[in-house]
Amino acid sequence: MLSRVADSLYWMSRYLERAEHTVRMLDVNLSMTLDPSSTSEEGRWKRVLAALGNPEGLEWNGDFYGLAHALAFERDNCASITGCITAARENARQVREEITSEQWQQLNRMYHRVTDEAPEKGHRLDEFPAATLDDLHLFQGATDSSMSHGEGWHFIQIGRAIERATAIATLIGVFEWDASESISEGAGSQQFLEWIGLLRCCTAFESYCNLYTADLTQPQILRFLLLNKEFPHSVRYSIDQLRWALLALQEGSGRLVAEEISRVAGRMQASLNFCEISEVVHHGVGAYVQNITHQCRHIHALIYRDYIQYKVHVALPQ
Amino acid sequence: MSSPANELPNAAAEAPASTSFGKRKSVPTNFNNGYLRNYFLDQAYDEMFDSDGEVRPHYRLLLETFRCLPQEELARRKHSADISFRTQGITFTVYGNQEGTERIFPYDMLPRIITGAEWDRIERGLIQRITALNLFLDDVYNDGKILRDGFVPREIVYSCPHFRREMRGLQVPRNVYIAVTGTDLLRLNDGAFVVLEDNLRVPSGVSYMLTSRRVMKRAFPQTFRSYEVRPIEHYPQVLLGALRSLAPEGRPEPTIVLLTPGVYNSAYFEHTYLARQMGIELVEGRDLVIHDNIVYMRTTAGLKRVDVIYRRVDDDFIDPLAFHGDSILGVAGLFNAYRSGNVTLANAFGTGLADDKALYAYVPAIIRYYLKEDPILPNVETFLMTDPVQRQHAFENLESLVVKAVGESGGYGMLIGAHSTKEQRAEFRNLIEANPRNYIAQPTLSFSRSPCLMGGGNDPSIEPRHVDLRPYIIYGDKVTVVPGGLTRVALRKGSLVVNSSQGGGSKDTWVLHA
Repeated sequence: MLSRVADSLYWMSRYLERAEHTVRMLDVNLSMTLDPSSTSEEGRWKRVLAALGNPEGLEWNGDFYGLAHALAFERDNCASITGCITAARENARQVREEITSEQWQQLNRMYHRVTDEAPEKGHRLDEFPAATLDDLHLFQGATDSSMSHGEGWHFIQIGRAIERATAIATLIGVFEWDASESISEGAGSQQFLEWIGLLRCCTAFESYCNLYTADLTQPQILRFLLLNKEFPHSVRYSIDQLRWALLALQEGSGRLVAEEISRVAGRMQASLNFCEISEVVHHGVGAYVQNITHQCRHIHALIYRDYIQYKVHVALPQ
Repeated sequence: MSSPANELPNAAAEAPASTSFGKRKSVPTNFNNGYLRNYFLDQAYDEMFDSDGEVRPHYRLLLETFRCLPQEELARRKHSADISFRTQGITFTVYGNQEGTERIFPYDMLPRIITGAEWDRIERGLIQRITALNLFLDDVYNDGKILRDGFVPREIVYSCPHFRREMRGLQVPRNVYIAVTGTDLLRLNDGAFVVLEDNLRVPSGVSYMLTSRRVMKRAFPQTFRSYEVRPIEHYPQVLLGALRSLAPEGRPEPTIVLLTPGVYNSAYFEHTYLARQMGIELVEGRDLVIHDNIVYMRTTAGLKRVDVIYRRVDDDFIDPLAFHGDSILGVAGLFNAYRSGNVTLANAFGTGLADDKALYAYVPAIIRYYLKEDPILPNVETFLMTDPVQRQHAFENLESLVVKAVGESGGYGMLIGAHSTKEQRAEFRNLIEANPRNYIAQPTLSFSRSPCLMGGGNDPSIEPRHVDLRPYIIYGDKVTVVPGGLTRVALRKGSLVVNSSQGGGSKDTWVLHA
């Protein structure tokens, strides 16, 4: 597969994952703004921005509705949902012969819908998140069921896994964690809502309840979002996926054996697989998740070095 | 599609008023309602009606099919064809439009029908013409016999901006320079086809020919079947075979790629379409690297050697080291790799010499020189401004001529005599006198019209519109013309401009067995 094609598929996938995460952040926080809360409006939306990595051109200026609009519709800002979908489609357009018509048509449909729904055309913010999530899920389904699960598909998996692990880790990092405190609905219902909000941002509330019941404690929430083996939005699950996709890629592409990628990804996977949550809390949650985002960036750089922007002399045919 | 196609003056078409011309009659009265209520005839050749106003035999079945089709059924088929074009993403890019930039290619539901006998003549004429032009390129870039013998003046060749001195003495595989040609034909009032121009550099439009055939087969399956239309679906295989036959020696299993300028090129859809149909990699300049004069593409499994490049990038932009230094579309060092014989480019460099508008006037002489035959397809009469006698003639008749700058396309640098002011004519006189090599003059042309379905779903009617024909000629181990081509339509009433960026569209072209 051409390196440029792999690059475009990787970024198409990352942008769509980013759009999905941002939609959920937007949806959850808009609805939480309606409830009385221990967190101020300013604190909440600044935290949203921090969880999205403080994107350029999006700032808190006292008007949460304006910010929400910008996050949803600002097409020229590639951190907005519309911006992400536009960028994903642009990447797909450049590799149109490599993706299936089902994928292309779904992405195209989604793009036309979000760009047509800009507020000046009279569309409402409250209908936007649900419709966009549906579209994104349809695309995911079309990808998994219509595209060959070969090299291109693996690059799509890698993009999604790196983006998701980074986003969840960053989100965890903007919360204050305190292992001693247990959260009960009676004690501080406002506090209780904040933690439900966090789980909802990761589409994790229902799965969490299935495992731990609605009894919310900070260590359990953290364990679920960081270390759960089966939940697809946990950091560990994403890194597992990343590792398998990287292995499949190495097997498929033959000559290039990316040893360093394998080592770095394997080490990260092992640390998540064999980690105890008390250790994480003991050493500081912030430092732990920062290390994860750092390693994801490192893997990204290695993928570029070995598969996409390699030096000519290392890759000449024998 | 915005190729340097025949951008003919809009104005020329409005010239003659309908009816009252010689023997021409109006449409027979028994047709004169329903879909044909807006049909008109004049001295321009009509593809469906003959000069007595009778339906030509090969159009009878088609006309009958449409006349028996209820309006709702017609609208339904039109709608499903629309959807088919849209979901296949058959679009072209409109430059200078910040929004969107992609549009559905406009098309017409009525096929243009060409009889077997008409086609056989076209085919022979095209094979003859392309064979001769290829021999000419080979000669000019090597021995220069035709120049020495004085059949084509040296000044014309050496002053052509597309003449590539770098090509001198280079042996290209099988001596084939023009692997793919799209030649634009017009049918004049007497019914004969003439060549308006050859596109020997990077002709486009073939994907529209292939996709509209697919849509038409779905919309009118029975009619299509009864007509026994010659198939065109093998075009990608023929092209792939030709490209393979042009691989450098010693590369029995050549890797073939299609080089595109990228997603913002107006013909990007076509590039992806052809790459997919041929099963070859679609590459951009940044995907290719040159090492030791060998071309490689960057893949995730390392560098892979490339043997044949079907390039859809112009000469000027293909190698920033050899040509335009500021081009980012090309590959640095590609020309050297080409000269070393390690890679084949199709088409070769410097083929633009043979579609220069001034050299065009010499093509009949070129055919006679190399093949010792008379041209089967005539040229449009062309006056060279470098020739004092012809120039004088043009100056005296500017009002009835069209003056074209040889290097321009898209209707720029052009004077339409019949619709010009005295000042404009004086200005062109000065321009021509200052640089006679840069201009040619041709008579104002009246070319044929074909029935088209106009008026949308609510109020459909069949009306005549001007059409040209661009058949595609492939040259590998032999010359092949795929039967048909792209019929381009000037969809606006009276317009002669068939270019898609200016209200032109296309229609399917059915070449019959008989």
